[in-house]
Amino acid sequence: MNALLVQGSQMLLVLALAPLLTGWVRKVKARLLRRRGASVWQPYRDLLRLLRKEAVVADSASWLFRVAPYLIFSAIWVAAALVPTFAINLIFSWSADLIAIVALLGSARFFLALAGLDVGTSFGGIGASREMMIAPLAEPAMIMIVFTLSLLAGSTQLSSIVAYMIGPEVGLRISVAMSLVALVMVALAENARIPVDNPATHLELTMVHEAMVLEYSGRHLAMIEAAASLKLLLYVSLIAAIFTPWGMAAAGQGLGHYLVGGVAYLGKLAAGGFLLALFETSIAKMRVFRVSQFLSAALMLGLLAVLLLFVSRNL
Amino acid sequence: MDTLDALLREARPLPGHRPWPRYAVTADQWRAAGALPARGDCTLVSLWGQGAPLTPAVHLALHEEARGRLVVLSLDCPAGRFPSLAAACPPAARLERAVHDLFGLAPQGAPDARPWLDHGRWGISAPLGAREPAARRPANDYAFLPAEGESLHQIPVGPVHAGIIEPGHFRFTANGETVVRLEERLGYVHKGIDGLLAGAGLAQAARLAGRVSGDSTVAYALAFAQAVEAASGAAVAPRAVWLRALMAELERLANHFGDIGAVCNDAAFAIMHANWSMLREQVLRAAAACFGHRLMMDCIVPGGVAGDLDAAGATRLRELVAALRPRFLELVDVNDNSPSLLERTVGTGILKPELARRFGAGGFVGRASRREMDARKRPGYAPYDELAFEMPVLNSGDVNARLWVRVQEVRHSLALIEQLLASLPPGPLPPATPIAVSAPAEGAALVEGFRGDVFAWVRLEAGGRVARCHLRDPSWFQWPLLEAVIEGNIVADFPLCNKSFNCSYSGHDL
Repeated sequence: MNALLVQGSQMLLVLALAPLLTGWVRKVKARLLRRRGASVWQPYRDLLRLLRKEAVVADSASWLFRVAPYLIFSAIWVAAALVPTFAINLIFSWSADLIAIVALLGSARFFLALAGLDVGTSFGGIGASREMMIAPLAEPAMIMIVFTLSLLAGSTQLSSIVAYMIGPEVGLRISVAMSLVALVMVALAENARIPVDNPATHLELTMVHEAMVLEYSGRHLAMIEAAASLKLLLYVSLIAAIFTPWGMAAAGQGLGHYLVGGVAYLGKLAAGGFLLALFETSIAKMRVFRVSQFLSAALMLGLLAVLLLFVSRNL
Repeated sequence: MDTLDALLREARPLPGHRPWPRYAVTADQWRAAGALPARGDCTLVSLWGQGAPLTPAVHLALHEEARGRLVVLSLDCPAGRFPSLAAACPPAARLERAVHDLFGLAPQGAPDARPWLDHGRWGISAPLGAREPAARRPANDYAFLPAEGESLHQIPVGPVHAGIIEPGHFRFTANGETVVRLEERLGYVHKGIDGLLAGAGLAQAARLAGRVSGDSTVAYALAFAQAVEAASGAAVAPRAVWLRALMAELERLANHFGDIGAVCNDAAFAIMHANWSMLREQVLRAAAACFGHRLMMDCIVPGGVAGDLDAAGATRLRELVAALRPRFLELVDVNDNSPSLLERTVGTGILKPELARRFGAGGFVGRASRREMDARKRPGYAPYDELAFEMPVLNSGDVNARLWVRVQEVRHSLALIEQLLASLPPGPLPPATPIAVSAPAEGAALVEGFRGDVFAWVRLEAGGRVARCHLRDPSWFQWPLLEAVIEGNIVADFPLCNKSFNCSYSGHDL
């Protein structure tokens, strides 16, 4: 019962924090541009506003268009709940491994692309086709990273990987460094951040993620926006859990440890969001077709890391 | 009749047109004149019409750059028709369509008979001509040029865009990401300025001219004032001439800063956009402090300028230049050392020099594609004939070249402001010269705005009212080039190309 309670609080925590992380990244970006920026709570207000608004649906939309936002939101929420945040070995973490998380994200993307195509507008089509150009490279790169980590830890379970990474035997490894770089690259692409996509753009012709969701409004859009925030939180949590696992509590350690883990987690999110904002302000977006080269580099890094581990377990 | 000289020998000169001559031509001579730009002898400056109560006629302005002279040719059209020049001279096509829409004068043998400014929402046809009632047409009643082939798809964009920009419709035909054809449809911000100007008093007309395109308000006010002064023979005090040039350079600075930042923004390079915007803001604030208006709207009036620049203002401008220069050089350095930005701009949207020449592209669009044309140099006007500045010309014609021409021009404008302040004739400023017109008179002017050469042509009645005024924005010849430039590029690079052109919707739609 207690374990369920902790798991439940983890699920609610990610849901509650996701808009805050988005708001934080926006705020830092605004301050870096010497703008005052909206409050970090603005994404919550936006979600509330969207939930209250009428959902306008195109005449040509099928049932899929209406269902997709809920599917996407729930898939990503489940995936986010599986990533260790303040504690490892939570009760749900044994039900799915890292590959399952990748699969959940993949199906969310599949439904988003379908929904983009469903209405039949040219922008939805452009967005879906660009997303599908990015996905076939981002997913294998992600799988390579999973292989590297599971070869090291001897398990694809995230909790086991994190436990291994906290432990003393991990040491300085080139394969871990490579998978960190690759994971950051994949995270940028998956979350439609600069240099792959620009989440703040008003230019319809350059959009990827935003082009797919142009036709959404009201509660549907709220679901999609919440899912996008959750996905960003998921990737920051994933990177933080694997590469900076310090301070994380283990299941059943008690409230004190959970609190320490929670504070450490908040600190990691803030640092991750700050670094993301800093990176995004310092670089221009790349040409659409350059994205495939960018992700190929991530794929190669992941592949190299796996190969290195086959050559020697000590690399 | 294969040279302009030969043509002019046979044409009938008309009196009362200053500073360049005007000739009445026959239909054959009109056609021969239309063939001249294609041979490279001269450039089309503008083509415009006139209607009731004046005799229906069309006018053609040509610029012979090698000799620095302009001529205006006029053809009376009592039957409401004139020979189309568009087949021989493509940049005339949209101007002819606009003449047809506004004045009802039909171009005979035009390759494109579709309306241009008239979207069928006016309830009348030829509002400046016969004013016949016309049925309203639905918004989608416009045949876009076909592009056929397997796997081609169309992307309609606009007229309402996601950002806060002016309205215009872009119809892309693309093969996946590659643009096969782009067709523009403009005219959404038609305000009827030609109609409002006809019969307006000089003060009112000057205000209207300054509102054709808000970002070029100084250039338009200057072009209009120069045309009126040419027509009436009014002399302008040297100090006023210098102040006008100061305002024109400030306007150029502000717009170039804004444009460079906007190109960075379209590449999602937000921090550079913020930095360049700060420079623009500094210029605008200085303009407000010195001339009383951020954009310096209505500061130039026919016969002079609206207000003097006091000693504090001159100091403020000196400090502005001193503050801008080091910051500007720093930012240029950052722009030039950002591979992620250069990767987007270099080789994107290349405009071939041959096309730039044929369309007479002005401003940074032309100069980035090897076209040596700056109205401040050719035909030239005061006070620039007494100032030293260079004309930056580049060869590559891509987005990066258009950006770099702007960067160079900023450098020259900063130097020009210093020169202007140093050589400013001493005050106080005499009041604006009154414009006295005893008999109908005509004048023309070509002024370098930040986008390129702004052409103004005015016919004044006895007493000083405007009988007909034509203002031609440089965008008329830049919009069609944008269509050519995007071909073969990817859809996602269009905003970058578009911003590097930064054509005016308002100035074009009138």
